[in-house]
Amino acid sequence: MTVAADVLEIDDALAQYDPVMGLEVHVELNTKSKMFCGCPTEFGAPPNTQTCPVCLGLPGALPVVNARGVESAIKIGLALNCEIAEWCRFARKNYFYPDMPKNFQTSQYDEPIAFNGWTEVVVDGETYRIEIERAHMEEDTGKSTHVGGATGRIHGASHSLVDYNRAGIPLIEIVTKTIEVPGEKAAAVARAYVSMLRDLLLALGVSDVRMDQGSLRCDANVSLKPRGSSTLGTRTETKNVNSFRSVERAITYEITRQAAVLSSGGKVVQETRHWHEDTGVTTSGREKSDADDYRYFPEPDLVPVAPSREWVEELRATLPEAPSVRRARLQEDWGFTDLEMRDVINGNALEPIVATVELGVTPAAAKKWWLGELARSANESGQELDALGVGPEQVAEVQKLVDEGTLNDKLARQVFEGLLAGEGTPAEIIEKRGLALVSDDSALIEAIDRAIAANPDVVEKVNSGKPAAAGALIGAVMKDMRGQADAAKVRQLLNEKLGI
Amino acid sequence: MTDLTRKTAAELAELMTSGQASSVEVTQAHLDRIAAVDGDVHAFLHVDAEGALAQAKAVDTKRAAGEQLAPLAGVPLALKDVLTQEGVPTTAGSKILEGWKPPYDSTVVKRLKAAGIVILGKTNMDEFAMGSSTENSAYGTTHNPWDLSRIPGGSGGGSSAAISAYEAPLAIGTDTGGSIRQPGAFTGTVGVKPTYGGTSRYGLIALASSLDTPGPCARTTLDAALLHEAIAGYDPMDSTSINQPVPAVVEAARDGDVAGLRIGVVKELGGEGYQPGVEARFHEAVELLTKLGAEVVEVSCPHFEYALPAYYLILPSEASSNLARFDAMRYGLRVGDNGENSAEKVTSLTREAGFGAEVKRRIILGTHALSSGYYDAYYGQAQKVRTLIARDFAKAYEQVDVLVSPATPTTAFAIGDRIDDPIAMYKNDLCTIPSNLAGNAAASFPCGLADEDGLPVGFHVMAPVMRDDLCYQVGAALESALAEQWGGVLMTKAPELGVTR
Amino acid sequence: MPSITREEVAHLARLARIELTDDELDHLAPQLDQIIELVGQVSQVAADDIPPTSHALPLTNVMRADENVPCLTPEQALSGAPAQEEQRFRVPRILEED
Repeated sequence: MTVAADVLEIDDALAQYDPVMGLEVHVELNTKSKMFCGCPTEFGAPPNTQTCPVCLGLPGALPVVNARGVESAIKIGLALNCEIAEWCRFARKNYFYPDMPKNFQTSQYDEPIAFNGWTEVVVDGETYRIEIERAHMEEDTGKSTHVGGATGRIHGASHSLVDYNRAGIPLIEIVTKTIEVPGEKAAAVARAYVSMLRDLLLALGVSDVRMDQGSLRCDANVSLKPRGSSTLGTRTETKNVNSFRSVERAITYEITRQAAVLSSGGKVVQETRHWHEDTGVTTSGREKSDADDYRYFPEPDLVPVAPSREWVEELRATLPEAPSVRRARLQEDWGFTDLEMRDVINGNALEPIVATVELGVTPAAAKKWWLGELARSANESGQELDALGVGPEQVAEVQKLVDEGTLNDKLARQVFEGLLAGEGTPAEIIEKRGLALVSDDSALIEAIDRAIAANPDVVEKVNSGKPAAAGALIGAVMKDMRGQADAAKVRQLLNEKLGI
Repeated sequence: MTDLTRKTAAELAELMTSGQASSVEVTQAHLDRIAAVDGDVHAFLHVDAEGALAQAKAVDTKRAAGEQLAPLAGVPLALKDVLTQEGVPTTAGSKILEGWKPPYDSTVVKRLKAAGIVILGKTNMDEFAMGSSTENSAYGTTHNPWDLSRIPGGSGGGSSAAISAYEAPLAIGTDTGGSIRQPGAFTGTVGVKPTYGGTSRYGLIALASSLDTPGPCARTTLDAALLHEAIAGYDPMDSTSINQPVPAVVEAARDGDVAGLRIGVVKELGGEGYQPGVEARFHEAVELLTKLGAEVVEVSCPHFEYALPAYYLILPSEASSNLARFDAMRYGLRVGDNGENSAEKVTSLTREAGFGAEVKRRIILGTHALSSGYYDAYYGQAQKVRTLIARDFAKAYEQVDVLVSPATPTTAFAIGDRIDDPIAMYKNDLCTIPSNLAGNAAASFPCGLADEDGLPVGFHVMAPVMRDDLCYQVGAALESALAEQWGGVLMTKAPELGVTR
Repeated sequence: MPSITREEVAHLARLARIELTDDELDHLAPQLDQIIELVGQVSQVAADDIPPTSHALPLTNVMRADENVPCLTPEQALSGAPAQEEQRFRVPRILEED
């Protein structure tokens, strides 16, 4: 295994080179059955319990296309402003690999179902247009577990164990044309694109888009050309970059690595590279060679797909509004400033906030938690916001407790802390940590009496016509109550007591 | 008691319906016959006596209970080893699948079982149906019951030999380039390739997906039609299956009237390279059909000469991909798994050991034809030639109802004769291949014995897509006219096999 | 000049994962050369405007509803496996030893 080459600082790299990117995203559809057979697609089922002669590639078995898979592909194509093929075929991509039951992948080659599209992403308030080359249908492979090597790695393994439950699950591969944006924005645009795709796919309802379960996987092609030049450089393909953050990191890394190679007079090798989340580097995979002759030909076991224009228009009518239109609408509904909205988008908090608002929370409160406590935690742990284990339901629950006066913001933050640490439901955390505000008047009055007794000088000042001095008494009560009192309530009771 | 193995399927069904014989008796008679002669013929790779008798008993029980049964219920059948049958060894004639027991039934087998047809066992074939002689079987050559020193044809030589040797009244074959019709011709039996998509390929171990077609083998036209009807029809498990009613094949076989039928003799399928005895019997049969009232004309199909080269591009290309699944990972043979070798190495060693010479030849040819840089010139062009051949057929069918030719250029050749001359072997299928490329129905019917060698000659009928009934119409007319001349069907002239055990 | 060389055949055999022996290569290369000469005829026949044909009837849009059907049991699925472990297919190491 090649150890990471030297890298340049990103600023130095971008001073000399312009990056050119291409992104291939594989999305697992959320159909009930596989692309070519009736087996279920549940994630996490016991090994080899969701297979049949077709998806195991048993001799004699034949594929039949899942209509919902085609429908989803068309929806995705339409949402990406693609043309939808009037007639297209599946093709066999021939190569040997133990996790591929037939040793060919049923895919599409020169006749994708959707092609020539575009979409937009917003980064730092700027809109970037991304051209879509194609979106095509194919099937997933089985899953190998590697045994006998270090930490489950394929390198050094003595053998592997294959589970074919995943084999045949429908995939849509979405391929961009080359993306050329200002170098310092490149990685962020790539990240925004993948994040936008996730939102889009969720809105379309065609995929669960669980990146942690591998239902959205990204391959990033990166090449560099000298600044101002139009000659394309040699590209590398970094495989399976499986979180938004790693899309950004992996692309940045490849830019800095390739820049180092080029600026020292070397040549970038056209190859597949692997991204290592833990060390933040890519390493060389196999080199592309003539051996990658996939011998594509039209799948003779399937007949062409020719979606009628009526069907396509019916599907178009079901599409949710475009992300940019939706964003504008939400911003207006929520009354956010441009800056606030940008923070929300950049923080990947749009969908969580939408979901939280739908549960009755005010947009401002929803934004406060998602961009505050939760974003901070996500950032610290290097996780995506939606992978934290705290969802809109819980945010709404906590906010409700605040609204009811059971919690104040400070206590609420502690509840989130508990939620993130997996300590249970908000109610359980409040109970365990003893966090609820004391709403029992008698306990507050006792504390007020203690504060008055302990601060005769302050009382004197208040009585002598300086009501503002009462603030010190409230502070004392709050301290006494270890923060678990509603300050407004304390003020009210204190005022009554002091007769002001 | 009469020898039940000499009866036709239709006669056996009648005997069982009228209570004169039970399915167990009929099945046992055929199992006994297999035990007696298969040592010489080697038509079977696996005899499932237990399963067959259990199936027969179940049919008898149902019949005794007064249940309504399908026309062929209780009749035994030999199944080509290329179709999966749950729990019964299925090898496709290859070492690479030795011992594999499929966990599922092919659609053909499902329909046979549903019709109460008793499956005696699996028949020998060229490995993965690649061949015209059964010499490419990994399990030994089948012998032609007419002359044990000769091949029975292929790839379905086992199925045709089994019915020709009276080991079964019916058999299932699969036809990719002639694998039902050519062995039918060589063994003096009837072999029908239905319209592509007329019978389901689900569970048929694929050779060439766009060509493979399961179909019936029998000693009479009516038997073939009855079996055809039992297995044919739309199957949602096969995307290429045609969702239309099955042509009225049984009716056509019973009717057998060719008066007014327009028959075209294909000019290009005859002459040089055709054995004189084959041509003589063929032309006599054409004469006979004329006498029966058919209008016969000569028809030209100029692109048929390119059928063979197109076929030997399409078939190996598809086969190279279809056979990639035999990789030693999930089923079948595994060679060289010593804890050191990689999966890739084990796959390569297994395929080297598990595939025979012809299979390797075609996989490599297909791999070449699909390689980047060659695809357009080879596979792409070959698919265009299919269009030209289909147009030749379409043009001919404007003039005539069916086309006819000899089924094969020669009669059955001697074992070993062509084994190392692939091109000579490929030329066996000159007459049969065009119908696979165009997908239309075609059949071979016995039309006599060649003077030179006294071996059977096949009369080939090609009918339009989904007009399978026309094949039977012609076959039945020919069969009854010839039987009148001979005093019985051609099979009655076959030499008696020595009963060895 | 042959239309296919021994080296090309060896390359194709690697692509097709068949570990041919030298004897087989010696035998196969000239045979394939002959066959390729035969099949090569097709390249001259059809004009550019001839569409390809793949099946007897030009079917389109054959699809199934997105519904589940019973699977094989894991025992059935693994019944033909040359080796198995933990209800999975056991296969040799995927990468060559470095």
